[in-house]
Amino acid sequence: MQVYRWTLTMALSIIHRATGIALYFGTLLLVWWLVAAASGPAAYAHVQAFAGSIIGRLIVFGYTWALMHHMLSGIRHFVWDLGYGFKANEREALTWGALIGGIALTVLIWIIAYANGGGR
Amino acid sequence: MSASETPKRSLRTPLGRVRNLGAAHSGTSDFWRQRITGVAMTLLMIPALVIIVMLLGRNQVYAAQTLSSIPVAVILLLFIFASAWHMKIGMQVVIEDYVHNEKLKLVSIMLNNFFSVAVALASTYAILKLSSGV
Repeated sequence: MQVYRWTLTMALSIIHRATGIALYFGTLLLVWWLVAAASGPAAYAHVQAFAGSIIGRLIVFGYTWALMHHMLSGIRHFVWDLGYGFKANEREALTWGALIGGIALTVLIWIIAYANGGGR
Repeated sequence: MSASETPKRSLRTPLGRVRNLGAAHSGTSDFWRQRITGVAMTLLMIPALVIIVMLLGRNQVYAAQTLSSIPVAVILLLFIFASAWHMKIGMQVVIEDYVHNEKLKLVSIMLNNFFSVAVALASTYAILKLSSGV
């Protein structure tokens, strides 16, 4: 590893795995939310209290970013799977696209969420 | 190894010789399924996000009502099915890459399967319970 000069593409490859692992354990939140909705008002209120807290919001914000980044980074892999985008400048452009796009989509989703009453 | 170097008398095909030799002891089916589930989730991402944003800040009665409507339930069931499969394969690749002790690897892969199936089943059960209205 030490003999390679770190490139953006290499760093993003690790981030793709890290976000994947985070999303893996983050599905517990999704399960908790759905099971609570099926259990009743009291259980659902617990989820809402957690998701509405500072820690909860940070986790869900991080989860949103991990999901968006992993999706765009994954689409980048689909492009490579189809045999396109292997030139150095194309690789870099795709990788920057995933990085910036992931952050942009996360902010966009949260703006829409707050506009739709998510701040309650 | 080029084709000319393979033993001429062997009845085994090149595929047969390498089958089961990979770290996963399986072929490319997981690779392909990882792509199918990834594409599926990408397509389902916008409807799934719309559903979640619609429910933000609403109470359980509203959430239960929304989640039990057929299109919402089907979209979420598809999303959950694709997610659970995708994450099971993804985590298995990570385990195979980093866990080199054979016994620990098998235990980790087994736990990964349990976790992924549990996530899928618990979510599915919750949605079906809401849909059946009991």
